[in-house]
Amino acid sequence: MSDHSKSSPLKMYFGIWAALLLGTLVTYKAAFIELGRYNAAVALIIATIKALLVALFFMHIKGAHEKLLKLVVISTVFFLFILLILSMADYGTRAWS
Amino acid sequence: MSMATTTIQPVERENYLNKEYGALSWLFTTDHKRIALLYLMSITFFFFIGGFFALLIRLELLTPAGDLVQPDTYNKLFTMHGMVMIFFFLIPSIPAVLGNFLVPLMIGAKDLAFPRVNLLSWYLYIIGGLMMLHCMLTGGVDTGWTFYTPFSTAFTNTKIVEAGLAIFVTGFSSILTGLNFVVTIHRMRAPGMTWSRLPLFIWAHYATSIIQILGTPVIAITVVLVAVERTLHLGIFDPKLGGDPLLFQHLFWFYSHPAVYIMILPSMGVVTEIIACFARKRIFGYSFVAFSSIAIAVFGFLVWAHHMFVAGISIYAALVFSLLSYAVAVPSAIKVFNWTATLYKGSIHYDAPMLYAFGFIGLFTVGGLTGLFLAALGIDVHVTDTYFVIAHFHYIMVGGALMGYLGGLHFWWPKISGRLYPESWARLAALIVFLGFNLTFFPQFILGYLGMPRRYFQYPQEFQVLNVLSTAGATVLGVGYLLPMIYFLWSMRYGKPAPDNPWNAAGLEWQTTSPPTTFNFEEEPIVTWEAYNYDELDAPRKQGVPIAR
Amino acid sequence: MPDSTLVGLHHEEEHHPELLHHFADAQQQRDSASLGMWIFLGTEVMFFGGLFCAYLIYRRWYFGDFGAASKSIDATLGATNTAVLICSSLTVVLAVWAAQTARRTLLIGSLIITMLLGLVFLGIKAKEYKDKFEEHHVPGASFSFDHVPIPGHPDQYANPRHAQIFFSLYFVMTGLHALHMIIGLGLFAWLLTMAWKGRFTPEYHTPIEIGGLYWHFVDIVWIYLFPLLYLIDRHP
Repeated sequence: MSDHSKSSPLKMYFGIWAALLLGTLVTYKAAFIELGRYNAAVALIIATIKALLVALFFMHIKGAHEKLLKLVVISTVFFLFILLILSMADYGTRAWS
Repeated sequence: MSMATTTIQPVERENYLNKEYGALSWLFTTDHKRIALLYLMSITFFFFIGGFFALLIRLELLTPAGDLVQPDTYNKLFTMHGMVMIFFFLIPSIPAVLGNFLVPLMIGAKDLAFPRVNLLSWYLYIIGGLMMLHCMLTGGVDTGWTFYTPFSTAFTNTKIVEAGLAIFVTGFSSILTGLNFVVTIHRMRAPGMTWSRLPLFIWAHYATSIIQILGTPVIAITVVLVAVERTLHLGIFDPKLGGDPLLFQHLFWFYSHPAVYIMILPSMGVVTEIIACFARKRIFGYSFVAFSSIAIAVFGFLVWAHHMFVAGISIYAALVFSLLSYAVAVPSAIKVFNWTATLYKGSIHYDAPMLYAFGFIGLFTVGGLTGLFLAALGIDVHVTDTYFVIAHFHYIMVGGALMGYLGGLHFWWPKISGRLYPESWARLAALIVFLGFNLTFFPQFILGYLGMPRRYFQYPQEFQVLNVLSTAGATVLGVGYLLPMIYFLWSMRYGKPAPDNPWNAAGLEWQTTSPPTTFNFEEEPIVTWEAYNYDELDAPRKQGVPIAR
Repeated sequence: MPDSTLVGLHHEEEHHPELLHHFADAQQQRDSASLGMWIFLGTEVMFFGGLFCAYLIYRRWYFGDFGAASKSIDATLGATNTAVLICSSLTVVLAVWAAQTARRTLLIGSLIITMLLGLVFLGIKAKEYKDKFEEHHVPGASFSFDHVPIPGHPDQYANPRHAQIFFSLYFVMTGLHALHMIIGLGLFAWLLTMAWKGRFTPEYHTPIEIGGLYWHFVDIVWIYLFPLLYLIDRHP
């Protein structure tokens, strides 16, 4: 899609690739360390960073000339969160009564 | 006062209907207008199937005893009535017929963004429809259209998997239609057609498409889970195996509540177009109406558990969903206020489309208000799973969505077919529909409040009078629906040829021929005027200047 | 008044052989295809989303049992598969770049390597499924999960019924993901054929871009599946 610079995207692509592999390694290693409730948080935060890297740089959202694509992604994630969070409004509070 | 003009156009100009003949030219078409007609024929077919089941239900309910059919058969009747009407009639209806036909025309485009995907969408609908037909003919389903677990996964021995897969396939059709509309509206507007000049019909379909795109996949995965659970006995929804039946309901209603907005939003778009034209006025509060469509789509996703108030969810969740359900009524109310304000001091004409629009406003309001009754936890505990709920949603779906669909068919019939329908018969049919509808469904509010449960084929003697009234109404309603079928077909051969703009209506679709050519416009339109410019359109008439056509 | 938008007339300035009739110009066609694929990916997010919702609810309810079940699947294979998919996403962006810069050999090579990596992924998955089958962890009549301790509570055994729910979700989620991989492989086989025939140029390579978007999405789903399924409670 963006064909301004011909050689610099390569460096960026390999850099992102390395970051993704590193993130995977960290996730794997961290799982074997006792962090209590933060194990899940760490794993999900790293996963989200990896997903963002793929979406922004490999799927070229970062270079997109219009905001529409970002709007599509944000709306989708928003409604996914509605599903997850409002369901938890039920499951998280059943024990209260 | 009828507004149809008497200018006659030559009939044999090339248009999308006579460009090519033969079944293959229809079955392999990518012309959005032909695909719209393919859908029109298919959904009419399924409407009559669903209506047939309704007829049997109402016949059974003429008497308090269960004497027409077996109990299991009755279960199948109301299940199939619901599934067919919702998935194979209401959800496609306006978007697939009127939306497909009009969206490119209204924005000044030659076709939708993805014409072949559009055709695929129709084929998926047909495949899903055939699967459902086969399912019905080989035993059907008896779980209610809501196929709650664990009955549907562990106990019933009817054809759940097949029905579910039929819904899955048809759901894909719905998703692709929505996707096509969103991309078309973003990318294919003619020069000068800015977002604030779009007809509100387009805004309504844009909002509908958002729901189709984001909601339908969730019922798709739900159906997959039910099929997998049923065949492999997994236990995700089965309490005996540690699963939660309510999880099914959460996932099911996450789609099925927004689905009702898929069914009503396009109809609201139609009504907006009709009211502006037959009151000869700009829509009051254009931006309010436009944004309320989007608001309905968004808020519609936040309220699903109001279908589960008595199912066993936590009371705190019930409070949250009750509050949110009140909020979702606000944008709908905004629309009703804007339509009313548009009518105020308008120059009102009572052609058949307008009669349907008036019917819509009244009946949708009743249906919507009774929805608020149901959103109140205290009332809901009393009337849930009674005929009150049935009356509520039929007021919206039939009194609202279906009347909008019929009004739209009448309004755009000259454009679609190049013929005028007979106005007197159309007004008569609209009146019969309105009277028949109220006779059918108003008694059901009372029945529900008095305690008659839904999905029961026998009832206490004291409910018989109201049930008989309801069945009588259903018969009248049926006649009302048959009439347009007959005279629309009649008009295709014997109707007066229609001028390009018989209503002198605003909108790009009226700037081209009736019927349009395959690529819609001779030259790409360049839009320099605002939407609903009725004051400009009517100025020559008001000054006594004859209108040139 | 631009001529090129007149119906039925083709003018050379914008008429690339791949330009479809109803579009005004190639840019509009490109932008439409891209938006269309992004919206489709949005539907896929919601499709998988229902499964993630079910998973989160049961994981919260049956954390210990899920931990025990999760421990019994091979995290090293899972991590390897994650790395495989990340590498395949790299080869996909290289393929797009190659198409943009008219590098035919790199384009074809990248497409082939992407597909090979996809096959490696599926092969590792098959091995995992085989292991589960042999250990009787496949839900159904022959499922058994007796006397497996809950991580961190060696005196407590996991409830087999709850563990079965984990495995049900495991198989449905990874199975659905694998199905999407297979579809992706089919898609890329088609892209490879078109690339071999020389159909892609710097001006027209939209199918590679939108095929790439699909592949990256499948990668992102796995990026979440891996920690959620394989790494619930590994530390004790």
